[in-house]
Amino acid sequence: MLKRVWIRNMMRRFFIGGGLLVGLLIVAPHMVNAEIKYFDLTNPFLRKIPMAVPVFQSLGRNPTEMGQVTPYSDELMAMLEFSGYFKMLDRGSYLHDAQTSGITQNSINFQNWTTVGAELLITGGLRMEGEQLVSELRLFDTFKSKLLIGKRYRGRIEDRREVAKRFCSEVLLVLTGQPGFFDSQLAFVSNGSGHKEIYTCEFDGKNVRQVTKKRSITSFPAWSSTGRHLAYTSFDRGPVQIIIKDLKTMGESRVRYKGVQIAPAWVPNRFQLTATLSRGGDQEIYLLTGKGKMIKRLTNSRGIDVDASWSPDGKKIAFVSKRSGRPQIYIKAIETGRVQRLTFEGNYNTQPCWSPKGNLIAYSSMAQGEINIFVMDIERNDPIQLTFNQGDNEAPSWSPDGSLIAFSTTREGKSRIYVMTAYGTDQRRLMTMPGEQFHPRWSPNIPQ
Amino acid sequence: MRKNIWMVLALLIVVPAMLFATSCAKKAVDTGESTTPAETTAGDTMDQDAAEKARLEAERIKAEEEERAREAARAAFTNEDIHFEFDSASLMPMAQDILSKKAGYMLAMSGMSITIEGHCDERGTDAYNMALGERRAEAAKAFLVNLGINPSQISTISYGEERPVDMGKNEAAWAKNRRAHFDIN
Repeated sequence: MLKRVWIRNMMRRFFIGGGLLVGLLIVAPHMVNAEIKYFDLTNPFLRKIPMAVPVFQSLGRNPTEMGQVTPYSDELMAMLEFSGYFKMLDRGSYLHDAQTSGITQNSINFQNWTTVGAELLITGGLRMEGEQLVSELRLFDTFKSKLLIGKRYRGRIEDRREVAKRFCSEVLLVLTGQPGFFDSQLAFVSNGSGHKEIYTCEFDGKNVRQVTKKRSITSFPAWSSTGRHLAYTSFDRGPVQIIIKDLKTMGESRVRYKGVQIAPAWVPNRFQLTATLSRGGDQEIYLLTGKGKMIKRLTNSRGIDVDASWSPDGKKIAFVSKRSGRPQIYIKAIETGRVQRLTFEGNYNTQPCWSPKGNLIAYSSMAQGEINIFVMDIERNDPIQLTFNQGDNEAPSWSPDGSLIAFSTTREGKSRIYVMTAYGTDQRRLMTMPGEQFHPRWSPNIPQ
Repeated sequence: MRKNIWMVLALLIVVPAMLFATSCAKKAVDTGESTTPAETTAGDTMDQDAAEKARLEAERIKAEEEERAREAARAAFTNEDIHFEFDSASLMPMAQDILSKKAGYMLAMSGMSITIEGHCDERGTDAYNMALGERRAEAAKAFLVNLGINPSQISTISYGEERPVDMGKNEAAWAKNRRAHFDIN
């Protein structure tokens, strides 16, 4: 059943940032609460919306502005294209010189855009005011000749990327009802330095930063819901230990229990996390404080219990258990203690990752010697395979809006971080780095 | 197969001991010849010196051989891993044989402490393999404890799939990597 979803156009939200970066609503369109149909939300990536992002215009005709117009518009276009929702029109296919046309509703001949197939248009105008770059950015529906968003931002040139991210969030908010993932980061593992260390990057793989320098085996990054804390495991002091790092103060606390410490996972909206500890015996999942102190044990069965992932409401965990003889995914309701088996197909299903909307669980499944990523609807228990015949594909992690999945793959030989849509389309490499990369974990949106 | 190693070790100690006398005599002659003719007239004293030297030399050789045998036994203890089936921490018969020998060695070398490392092949996923590696190491430890080793002498560590010995992408390589390794502390 193909169900068309009408998306409420929400124009009520706009950013007022701190510091120098300020966004203002240029025009308050009269179409608040109008209902606009843009995406078929049963699979919004099936038909991408054709969008045109002509090179921005220099409003003050000054050399600094001229130097910004192309890289700025390219950057914004690349960010929106990354979402997978849009098909960006090649600028060579435009039928007119977009630079001679205006950037506001009244000065645009929308027919120039509809004839080349653009359904959405973004225009930008830049003006230097002292040391500040003022950006006027607008999104239009070309067929309706309507302004959907108009924003004016003021900030330093170095903050250009942040401005572009904010506008992209506005674009997705008005078109999909959610601001997307532009303020998120990914944590991942890379051995490019000769040791496995934790790194972070922005949603699109840009601005890679090394977080740990343990010169050991450091792995299993996990973000807290605020994005302030990152937990991971390291062998830097002998047997593997979970370390919780406060990214603001850079202070570290360690979990101090005997036996392995594996796969930390934060409880949504709380300063608590789960981890698999063996305490010298059976591997079970425990609930710990954000500083690594024991609260209680959550699972109790002989055999491995590992890989906990919390439901977004914090009421359930999905986890891997060997209680049936082979690793399978189970769901446990924390309050009632009720455990339900989720996966029945295949005999090696691990790495569950609960979607931000709560209805899906992504996981990896091994069959015929290959690991692939699947998504299962927890109500219908209907597994859908997203990767096929391209090496091992592991460690799925949802973007904060649930539209994308990051994962690691060996399709190029070496293990790399890739991103795809939640439907398995648009699979692409996130970044190029020395060594191999593993285990991506997508952060929530972290306001700058 | 592996029992042969112990026979070889035994021979390494026994055979040199049997050859002891002959090698000793030869050395004595050699030592005598190496001295100047004038000094040979010194007679008994020289002979005694030579015999003493030879005895010391023989003792040194014997000690060396024993040391070598000890080293070999020690090396056998640390070089011989036990192996597992895929997604399993059960001890196969061959692993049990090897563990029995290791228990014998540990009982003979009273008070030694060891670390058992549990490892997995690259297939499977990282967290699960970290847990599986620990179960492999713990299974080996439990077996040794059953044979009379004090649990306080054994610590375990899991490396999951992080430290393969063979980087190959085939069953032969994976079989080598699914192992427990033994280190003397």
